[in-house]
Amino acid sequence: MNAHDQNRMKELLKEALPPVAADAEPERDLWPAVLRRLDEDAVTPRRATFQSVPWFDWALLGGLAVFTVSFPATIPVFLYYL
Amino acid sequence: MPNGSSLVTSGVLHRFREGDLEAFEALFREHQRSVFGWILRMVRNPATAEELTVETFWRIHRARDRFEPERPFAPWARRIATRAALDWLRAQRPEVELTAEMAGALPSASAGDPGIAAEIRSRTALAFARLPPSLRAAAVLAVVEEQPHKEIAAALGISVGAVKLRVFRALRLLRKDLEQQGITP
Repeated sequence: MNAHDQNRMKELLKEALPPVAADAEPERDLWPAVLRRLDEDAVTPRRATFQSVPWFDWALLGGLAVFTVSFPATIPVFLYYL
Repeated sequence: MPNGSSLVTSGVLHRFREGDLEAFEALFREHQRSVFGWILRMVRNPATAEELTVETFWRIHRARDRFEPERPFAPWARRIATRAALDWLRAQRPEVELTAEMAGALPSASAGDPGIAAEIRSRTALAFARLPPSLRAAAVLAVVEEQPHKEIAAALGISVGAVKLRVFRALRLLRKDLEQQGITP
């Protein structure tokens, strides 16, 4: 895609999605909604830490454990980089 | 974001970090409009932008321990707002985004060019909605909203070069999609 095509696509995109007005602002005061959200957070107990860790982090940790058990000589190298 | 007329002092930032609700409200009052505007530019729906503004300030409050009061608040808030907006964009199906109803509800700065058919505008908007959210965010902020690449890069947590690359890829994919629909841009 050359510069001319790029400019044409930019022009088309601007026509399809007009820019938002610079003075756009919320139609209502959002502070009460923020306070409600904070209150809900205070009432609802947070999930246990282990539940909030993504599955791929657990997979990575498992892989690392298997690797270090298979190759114990690499443990000092890992410790060095910690 | 504030343009040099900030009413928030360093003390407020320190008190916010310690969990002071009044300090948090002061920050909210000062930054809610700019956060809302930034999110609106990304999601292009005022009602959704309001919800995400609330979500953003909730995340800000939750992450206050990680805020460094010596650093400016606005770029930090904008990064969190950008992540909230991207999370929302990723969760949406393209078919429900950027409908004509939404476009009509958007407080836009200018009307469209009558020379470009409404049909092409509509198809372009839908094709754009089918792009990956990370490309869409960069393209809409850089091309449509004409935000500085440096600010977009800071908000997305990537380099200026990566922003330019995302914009280029977005335009190329958009062109390809339109060509597949028989529209020659």
